Amino acid sequence: MTDALNDDRKGWMSLLAKAPPARLAALMPDLPDHALLRAPEVGAVMVRGRTGATGAPFNLGEMTVTRCSVRLAEGAVGHAWVQGRDKAHALRAAVVDALMQTPESAGLHACVLAPLAAEAELARAVRAGKAAATKVDFFTMVRGEDA
Amino acid sequence: MYVAVKGGERAIDNAHAWLAEERRGDPSVPELSVAQIREQMALAVNRVMAEGSLYDPDLAALAIKQARGDLIEAVFLIRAYRTTLPRFAASSAVETAAMAVDRRISATFKDLPGGQVLGPTFDYTHRLLDFALLAEGLPAPAPGTPAKPQPVPHVTGFLNRDGLIEDAPHSEAVPPDLTREPMELPADRALRLQAITRGDEGFILSLAYSTQRGYGRTHAFVGELRIGQVAVEVDIPELGFAVEIGEVELTECETVNQFKGSRTEPPQFTRGYGLVFGQSERKAIAMSLVDRALRWKELGEDFTGAPAQDEEFVLMHADNIQATGFLEHIKLPHYVDFQAELELVRKLRAEALALQEAAE
Repeated sequence: MTDALNDDRKGWMSLLAKAPPARLAALMPDLPDHALLRAPEVGAVMVRGRTGATGAPFNLGEMTVTRCSVRLAEGAVGHAWVQGRDKAHALRAAVVDALMQTPESAGLHACVLAPLAAEAELARAVRAGKAAATKVDFFTMVRGEDA
Repeated sequence: MYVAVKGGERAIDNAHAWLAEERRGDPSVPELSVAQIREQMALAVNRVMAEGSLYDPDLAALAIKQARGDLIEAVFLIRAYRTTLPRFAASSAVETAAMAVDRRISATFKDLPGGQVLGPTFDYTHRLLDFALLAEGLPAPAPGTPAKPQPVPHVTGFLNRDGLIEDAPHSEAVPPDLTREPMELPADRALRLQAITRGDEGFILSLAYSTQRGYGRTHAFVGELRIGQVAVEVDIPELGFAVEIGEVELTECETVNQFKGSRTEPPQFTRGYGLVFGQSERKAIAMSLVDRALRWKELGEDFTGAPAQDEEFVLMHADNIQATGFLEHIKLPHYVDFQAELELVRKLRAEALALQEAAE
């Protein structure tokens, strides 16, 4: 797979992982036939930080993660690693990842990925807007030397 | 001498049944749901995630419910659960410079790129009980202004450009993990940071406060404090590339510390670092002060005997699960140990009394 394709895949896998599970299920209620290569499995990922934000890594603590791998009838293999312990979420994300490698990708992009991306963007903008409303505008009342 | 005894099974079962009933409280009052705790007791949830060292708001909320609000008991439940999870991987180090900030303030610069963003803070509230919260109801929606989410640069970056502050050079060294190997002293900074970020908030707070009062003073300014969401990226082995698999809320504090220079270092500002799961501002500030105090040796400073400078003292007592385990075990049956003590005291007393009588 080329780097550009990898970047696309990184993008949709990340979008699927971060999507609210209930929303993904609503957009993609029915799953096509698939075989489980790795049944949804709950585990942990150690999250790392950096000393002084830019320096040497250290272990911050773990987070729960669910992973899953599937193969569609036509052979495409899909993987998912998603935050949390929702097995249905991981399974659905893996199936969509597999479908995105088939001719159905354009339709899926329009019906599932684009709405998820738009909603994520909106949620982020709303939060950023609330933060921006708490930004301090300083104004000088009296300067010491003027008094 | 070891004596095996049996018994108490019925008493224990009944005690647990009563515990469940007490946990529920008055049944005429509606039961708390885990989602309610997660959404409305978010800072307690954050503390349980930070000290439990596992980011999962639903599980932390469940633990708080099960523990009847005893947060150390809830941390214990989370720690026990996390040992059952297989470790899939370690993430790439999170990019806090790319954080979607809810809050970002600096005590050292008034005007700085990205501005002073207060976020949902208790600061500037009057700490008067709000009796309006006794009534149920939705608050008015918080105002927003159109804003483009964009990365906010770190304050220490500006200072670093002029060489006025020590550098934090990039490295990809694999950090030690105290959940995998027993902690060994002396610990490097990475191991210390792991121990402090999961340490008890009260303990870290008190140590940090002690440095401010003069026990290992570090002259700290909060260069920057930021809270927000950060993406977590993991290398997926089956694919050979990294994917963002989720987001965590983090609080980061960087202190800028006065430093006159030492035998080994030129005069420049030095740094303390705090990074904690969730919105955990007090803990992050305290962590950065304690981190800086523990760095006396590498900066060529004097050891003044202050507790916050003493790595063994700080690291071996920061974990509230270890502490509560050892503390509370003394309430469990020690009948045989105590019997031996009793025998000894009786014998010593008899000897002492016999000597007294002989003297008279």
